[in-house]
Amino acid sequence: MTQVFLGMPAGGQGNLFEQEPFPQAAHRELGNTQMRKNLRHATHSIRDKRLKVVGELPDWEALRDAGSTIKNNSMATLEERLLEFEKNFTARGGVVHWARDADEANKIVTELVRATGSTEVVKVKSMATQEIGLNEHLESEGIDAFETDLAELIVQLGHDKPSHILVPAIHKNRTQVRDIFLKEMPGVDPNLTDDPSKLANAARAHLRKKFLAAKVAISGANFALADTGTLGVVESEGNGRMCLTLPETLITVMGIEKVLPQWEDIEVFMQLLPRSSTGERMNPYTSLWTGASADDGPQNVHIVLLDNGRTRALADRFGRTALNCIRCSACMNVCPVYERTGGHAYGSTYPGPIGAILSPLLTGIEVEENGSLPYASSLCGACYEACPVKINIPEILVHLRGEDVDAKREKHKLPTQMDLLMKGGSWALGKGKNIGLLEKALPLGRLAAGKDKKIKKLPGIAAGWTQSRDIPAPPNKSFRDWWSDTKESK
Amino acid sequence: MSAKDEILGRIRSALADSPVTEEVPREYRTSSEMNEEQLIELLVDRLVDYKAGVDVIEAAQIPQFVADKLANASSVVYPQGLDATWLSALDQNVEQRLDAPGNRLSVAELDATSAVVTSSAVSVAESGTIILDGEPDQGRRAISLVPDHHVCIVPVSSIVQLLPEAMPRLSITRPLTWISGPSATSDIELERVEGVHGPRTLDVLMVRGL
Repeated sequence: MTQVFLGMPAGGQGNLFEQEPFPQAAHRELGNTQMRKNLRHATHSIRDKRLKVVGELPDWEALRDAGSTIKNNSMATLEERLLEFEKNFTARGGVVHWARDADEANKIVTELVRATGSTEVVKVKSMATQEIGLNEHLESEGIDAFETDLAELIVQLGHDKPSHILVPAIHKNRTQVRDIFLKEMPGVDPNLTDDPSKLANAARAHLRKKFLAAKVAISGANFALADTGTLGVVESEGNGRMCLTLPETLITVMGIEKVLPQWEDIEVFMQLLPRSSTGERMNPYTSLWTGASADDGPQNVHIVLLDNGRTRALADRFGRTALNCIRCSACMNVCPVYERTGGHAYGSTYPGPIGAILSPLLTGIEVEENGSLPYASSLCGACYEACPVKINIPEILVHLRGEDVDAKREKHKLPTQMDLLMKGGSWALGKGKNIGLLEKALPLGRLAAGKDKKIKKLPGIAAGWTQSRDIPAPPNKSFRDWWSDTKESK
Repeated sequence: MSAKDEILGRIRSALADSPVTEEVPREYRTSSEMNEEQLIELLVDRLVDYKAGVDVIEAAQIPQFVADKLANASSVVYPQGLDATWLSALDQNVEQRLDAPGNRLSVAELDATSAVVTSSAVSVAESGTIILDGEPDQGRRAISLVPDHHVCIVPVSSIVQLLPEAMPRLSITRPLTWISGPSATSDIELERVEGVHGPRTLDVLMVRGL
């Protein structure tokens, strides 16, 4: 039995959990009107840009179909793909490490940095290292990690948390960014304005020396190509190029789901990703490297292949397509819930619609902390339409809600309120006679509504419904009764 | 059990339902019928949109245009394989620095160099993307990154319309840099502004007959 147990997918750790139930967090975040204003502005402008550049491609749907199938195939043959990648990356001078979870990945990276003798690293924005809490771990080991992406820098200097996977400082507007720079950036021009290009230049000046002196860089990867052993990073500012080119040692941390079967597959993803994420025809810079190249770039090249719950998600046959995500963030930019609550309400590194399915899939829905995430949606379907790899997010949300109800029932061994409600509903709606019987109780509802003819609070779990709206008093009799009365009187 | 064996074991048990692979539907565009003039027009439009400087010139005009672009530079780095005539009209106040195997400029030297001139491997008109693949006329990645001004030669014969058309021309295992305009960021309010860590000025010379 031990053998079987060891091979069983385990839930992920790290920054994948709600900090509090979503409704509670959302309620508080909704009170932050400045953040809501900032988010509304940013998400609406990106929506228009995305639609414009997507509309330019007559074959957008064909690209989505290809992207979705390539990813499904990759997941279906994941073991083979990873071994192929390992073989090719190794053959070209790279070193492959495997990490079961966040702790193991953090340890591997720490040891690799230690071995260089350096106590500083520069970082390219990476969701995987955010997920495993690498910066905090390195700090606890006496290694300083400097984020070099502008938005990550804003978050790091502001002692804040990312709220979006692409633009982690989306909840801050330009004036707030200026204020953070003035307060926290050593040597900054005190007359700095809130003009975004001036702010970008301030970041350039601040990080320039770090880049030129860095011995070790840590990156994520947007994709790994199995048949060549190539890694790719998609970026805008050139901070990625700096980190991937100038240091002697490059350590990449990548989730195992990022591997693509064939190198030609990037012709699909490099059309889908930039248009979906920043609404550009192409991002300013993309770097591709295959192991170590003699005389060009880092000679000491490592990759840490990270599980941390990905096999747990893969085991869910109805949810595994969540692993197809290419982290473009189109789903959060179109989501009416995200637009209002912001990313912090989701607790996890992965916010928005994709986060609402990915986080519980990585940790396991039975982990109580993530039980409320699948409910953080109105199921409107905008995310599914926007997703460049056609992840059916609403369907997976509903699936996970079912899992959540089952997990709770399992835990309590007693029928839950939801079970009773559903049972009652099934009885009532099963037969016309039954619902007729229930409708006889309508006058009771009128009584409960009282003088102002509104029911303001329902009991039990139904209270959620009346939390932000009243139910008007029911009529004296049901439509069915009225109809038969009217017919008789004719 | 090693982490690798354990993760692979987890994958096997996660895929116990044996999901099948499907033929990838590649119905997207893979070839275009644009003529040379249309390709030039499309690429110019995209690069201008990215706020790059663009000139469409004849091969014989390269030295003059390179000299014009570098009129204010104090030094320029160039890779070993660059056509030497391209720098022949440079003002003698512009110091020319060769970067070659055995004669590598340090990062500090590159930082103190105002500009770089390189050629390019292939360009994709539809997305305004110029791809460098580290051939001798483009050099190693650091030289087109650290100096603040990049003058990039794009032979018209290397322009394709679609990304899938560019793929057969790439040597994927070489270090590749895809450049679509000067360095930029969308990190503040999701609005694109140019000029962060990469070269803040990108001048593209699109050359007919090259």
